[in-house]
Amino acid sequence: MGFLDIDKATKSYGAVEVLHNVDISVEEGEFLVLVGPSGCGKSTLLNMIAGLEDITSGEIRIKDRAMNGVHPSNRNIAMVFQSYALYPNMTVGQNITFGLEMHGVPKPERQKAMQEVAKLLQIEQLLDRKPGALSGGQRQRVAMGRALVRDPDVFLFDEPLSNLDAKLRVDMRTEIKKLHQKLGTTIVYVTHDQIEALTLSTRIAVMNGGYVQQLGTPQEIYDQPANIFVATFMGSPAMNVVPAQVVMQNGRPAALVTLSDGEQAILPFSQDNLAPYEGREILLGIRPETITDPDSADRKSSNIAELINRIDVTEPAGSDTFVSMQLGGRDVISRMRSDVPVVAGQSFTFAVNMEKAVAFDPDTEMRIAP
Amino acid sequence: MSVATQDTAIRTGRVTRTLIYVVLILFALFYLLPLYVMLVNSVKPLEEITGGGMMSLPDAFTIEPWKQAWASAQIGVEPTGLKPYFWNSIKMVVPAVTISTVLGALNGYVLTKWRFKGDTILFGLMLFACFIPFQIVLIPMARMLGLMGLAGSTYGLSFVHIVFGIGFTTLYFRNYYAVFPTELIRAAQIDGAGFFQIFWRILLPSSGPIAVVSVIWQFTNIWNDFLFGASFADASSQPMTVALNNLVQSSTGVKEYNVHFAGAILAAMPTLFVYIVAGRYFVRGLMAGSVKG
Ligand SMILES: Nc1ncnc2c1ncn2[C@@H]1O[C@H](COP(=O)(O)OP(=O)(O)OP(=O)(O)O)[C@@H](O)[C@H]1O
Ligand SMILES: [Mg+2]
Repeated sequence: MGFLDIDKATKSYGAVEVLHNVDISVEEGEFLVLVGPSGCGKSTLLNMIAGLEDITSGEIRIKDRAMNGVHPSNRNIAMVFQSYALYPNMTVGQNITFGLEMHGVPKPERQKAMQEVAKLLQIEQLLDRKPGALSGGQRQRVAMGRALVRDPDVFLFDEPLSNLDAKLRVDMRTEIKKLHQKLGTTIVYVTHDQIEALTLSTRIAVMNGGYVQQLGTPQEIYDQPANIFVATFMGSPAMNVVPAQVVMQNGRPAALVTLSDGEQAILPFSQDNLAPYEGREILLGIRPETITDPDSADRKSSNIAELINRIDVTEPAGSDTFVSMQLGGRDVISRMRSDVPVVAGQSFTFAVNMEKAVAFDPDTEMRIAP
Repeated sequence: MSVATQDTAIRTGRVTRTLIYVVLILFALFYLLPLYVMLVNSVKPLEEITGGGMMSLPDAFTIEPWKQAWASAQIGVEPTGLKPYFWNSIKMVVPAVTISTVLGALNGYVLTKWRFKGDTILFGLMLFACFIPFQIVLIPMARMLGLMGLAGSTYGLSFVHIVFGIGFTTLYFRNYYAVFPTELIRAAQIDGAGFFQIFWRILLPSSGPIAVVSVIWQFTNIWNDFLFGASFADASSQPMTVALNNLVQSSTGVKEYNVHFAGAILAAMPTLFVYIVAGRYFVRGLMAGSVKG
């Protein structure tokens, strides 16, 4: 049993089921991120944990106590909303202490708790202002202060950074991470930003269409995506997915892919478990950063395959240059160091780190290797 | 070429603008004329009016008509002036406006934030109340008031106005709260606030503008109501409007137009007062900063 258990939780609105049998177990102190495209049910699941939506079937437990039917205020959770949801008629200080007041905490203690939180978040000088007189980042802090002051078992965040500009978003992201490391409270965090998910979490639940597609550490999700959806959703630019055929070369399985001129290249796999697929079509997944020029190829890798192909487009982006080519009839993006001499239309030797390559079954779209 | 067109655009703009202002000022004067007539004639001795000087400023300024209208004019059979009826109206209008506004706010709160099965139908039925012609309900209502023991009292009148006001106040508050961010309610729920605490602490403090609208609307309607006042009140509980009518209709002796004018202004004053005072609190932007944007 974990600290927070979501046990076969299902949610229906009328006849429409929007969450299907969600099973997630969160340990104490974990930072779980729910990530997925818009409408996949992230907020619904979070609201179910908070008690703002009821559970159609299944169970949610916090510290082994079933939460079905328990009022939000009695779950010992705190929530930070996407819109911050600060009470407009109250000052920052009153916003922070409102929850304590409602729980009957005496005034001196409320003030003390408020001061501590304000100090932690560096909003002491804002305590007497109304939310209307704050910047987006400051509101964000106040919203977190309101959650922190309750000292809850679980923090729930619903896209707390999506209303901030890019720079502030990165700053606040770091701050939330620091805060988690400092306080060690269990957090469930909703976002549709896969970078936020990868940087913040200790574990990620990737959701799509009301299903949890994969639950795992950021490393697992990134390196061993359970299916094509997870592979292409997580990572930017997305993982390249190329049709290929499994052939045997020197007794080991390899992928046969078509180049832009119709020629074929052979990319040997690192895993033997693809041998039974000999002769069959698969989908080969290659991350952009694992395709480089031969000089920059990962020295620690035991399996670098080279192929010569025509460069279609180059996109310099400061530190990196994104280079695209055709493989298996699809556009494939690779990420090169910016000083690599690449010219569109010319042939170039690409080095593919096949140790990092994954393979998917084209019918089920599930990962078959590694 | 383009300069020339711009030029003409500005010139026509100026001409039209002047025209608009002239027309507007004429209309304003036209609308203000009755008020002028009432004001000047309420401070004249009666002879000046009957002498044919309706439009002229008073030769001999006097506030005697005002005093009479307030305290000693003949209303029906009693020479009480409008004073007791003024208080009747206040006693009727204050609870009626307060209660109907508070109930409207509560209804709006429930209909938007505590949705239940059939809530839209219920709201539709309440809207229906806004369109019922008053004449239809006169007799049933009289019977109801009789059964409740409220016939011929200011309480009874207040009750009738509350019942008829709820439709409108609910409509106002429901539409206002429909765009009130539900996340605020959810945040308050997590903070542990109950149904009424959320209402008093979160929703009402942000309802300033719509409360003002509701109060102005209700106050003017109830204060100016004649039909219910004439139908359901007895001699001791008549509101100002009915008393004013009795003052003007009193057939003993000469028609004291100056007193009538003063009485009419007295009857209109509270609504003017409410517009001027409440209008100042018609502040926008109370919601600024609670949510993004
Ligand atoms: N009250 C409701 N009635 C019917 N369907 C609803 C209701 N609320 C949400 N849904 C549906 O449930 C699904 C999940 O919604 P949810 O708000 O959880 O999405 P989300 O993953 O948070 O998306 P976003 O990233 O856009 O916030 C959506 O398809 C939505 O249309
Ligand atoms: Mg959402």
